[in-house]
Amino acid sequence: MTALRFTRAPFPCVRDDRSPVEVTVSNFGKRYGKQTVLSDVSLSVQPGEIFVIMGPSGSGKSVLLRHIAGLEAPTTGSVAINGQDPSLPATRDQFAVALVFQSGALFNSLSVYDNLALYPLEHRICPKPEIRDRVMRALRILSIEHAAHKLPAELSGGMRKRVAIARALVMEPQLILYDEPTSELDPVMSATIAEIIATLKEEYSVTSIVVSHDRDLSLTIGNRVAILHQGRLIAVEKPEALRASSDPIISEFLNPRIDIRNPRFKTLEA
Amino acid sequence: MNRITSILEGLGSGLILAVRAFASLPAAPRILKRVAEQAYNAGYSSLPIVTILCFFIGSVLALQAGISMRDFGAKAFIGALVGESMARELGPVMVAILLAGRVGSAVTAELASMKVYSEVDALVTMNIPPERLLVLPRLLAVLLVMPVLTILANVIGWFGGALVCQYVGFIGLSADQYFQSLKEFVSVNDIFDGIVKAEVFGFVVMLIACNTGLRTRGGPREIGLAVTKSVVFSLIAILTLDYFITKILA
Repeated sequence: MTALRFTRAPFPCVRDDRSPVEVTVSNFGKRYGKQTVLSDVSLSVQPGEIFVIMGPSGSGKSVLLRHIAGLEAPTTGSVAINGQDPSLPATRDQFAVALVFQSGALFNSLSVYDNLALYPLEHRICPKPEIRDRVMRALRILSIEHAAHKLPAELSGGMRKRVAIARALVMEPQLILYDEPTSELDPVMSATIAEIIATLKEEYSVTSIVVSHDRDLSLTIGNRVAILHQGRLIAVEKPEALRASSDPIISEFLNPRIDIRNPRFKTLEA
Repeated sequence: MNRITSILEGLGSGLILAVRAFASLPAAPRILKRVAEQAYNAGYSSLPIVTILCFFIGSVLALQAGISMRDFGAKAFIGALVGESMARELGPVMVAILLAGRVGSAVTAELASMKVYSEVDALVTMNIPPERLLVLPRLLAVLLVMPVLTILANVIGWFGGALVCQYVGFIGLSADQYFQSLKEFVSVNDIFDGIVKAEVFGFVVMLIACNTGLRTRGGPREIGLAVTKSVVFSLIAILTLDYFITKILA
């Protein structure tokens, strides 16, 4: 595993107010056409917390994350960052919210360096030499400074995830949203990403919301873990409470049994 | 009914996109480099194909006019015919059609791919309006290059006509006579009207390309469909607008 090189020194040209934010989801529901994806979801993420949202594929985890990022509007209920609607430009101006997409969503026509420099350049956060320091620092933290001049297409899946996290770090976010940060990664790289998420929270006291179906990652780094099942929130607990849960759905999700003689698959044999 | 709703939605979102893009105009000095890149893509890279196409359009126009007009003894007016046709109609329309096919399709494919692969969402979460970064530079670039391309198209077309008149035996009109007639009948106003048309066509083609790209949802198949849709709508828009602008400028 590659060692991470965090230091407590602030980023160059740091904003005055970068205190972590609170996220509140109230009676949230989402429908696409006639299909209800999520209904009656209410939760609250405390400032500086790592909050993990788990659930099987298709349970609506990423949809909820997109709403917290302000990319979509809920059908019912509300989502708020420090009490404000995240989809409003004024909220985006006030709070730095970074979303680490499952695919990375790096700008393919830009080099890794330019991907990271885009945010500070567009927002004119500081002069160019300081932006360079800021970008190189984020690349060093993620141990990817050697890839600064590569294009995203030249990177492996793990490297792309790291670049996406570095891009989020350059924003000095008050809230980082991670969408399946360890999907498609090998166990060693998954552990590195988990370490990065936990260390970012420790070093920069940022609020983090992680969507994942990776049980080990979720129960290791999460301060609290929510479980979505069939579009509903069925639990919000500390990891140890979830491990001890007797709820059959939670228990089956966290400890799935692999039975190759399962009668459900009899039709395959026929 | 769904198709009508979809067309109306497209028109509405196109208008909103244009308004949002031009609302970012105060940021124009910051995007000059991007405008220059887009002007290079839309303008300089289109020069060879504009040159070839308009040379042959001018040539064919002169040839056809020569065949038709020799029977009336009106060969002396071939210069006027080619000159007016190129300046008022064929120059701007052909450049716009080339823009739709060559540049508009590429822009739609690029933006649709950025949309499908969440790059546009990434911009939104970074509080960078896609209209400012992706749309405004392209609209400004096309407004810059269209007049240049149109004037070039006119001149090349006129020269194509002159060559045909000079060297095709049955026409037998000297280049001097050809240009004399052209100068006599083609006014600065004709050229200006053509440029107005070109600016409108270019703006609409680029707006359709950007809007179709940014409205794409789904996967790679939808990217291909978006490109087709963008080119078809652009061609329809060019020819429809051509009628109305011609009527207004008449």
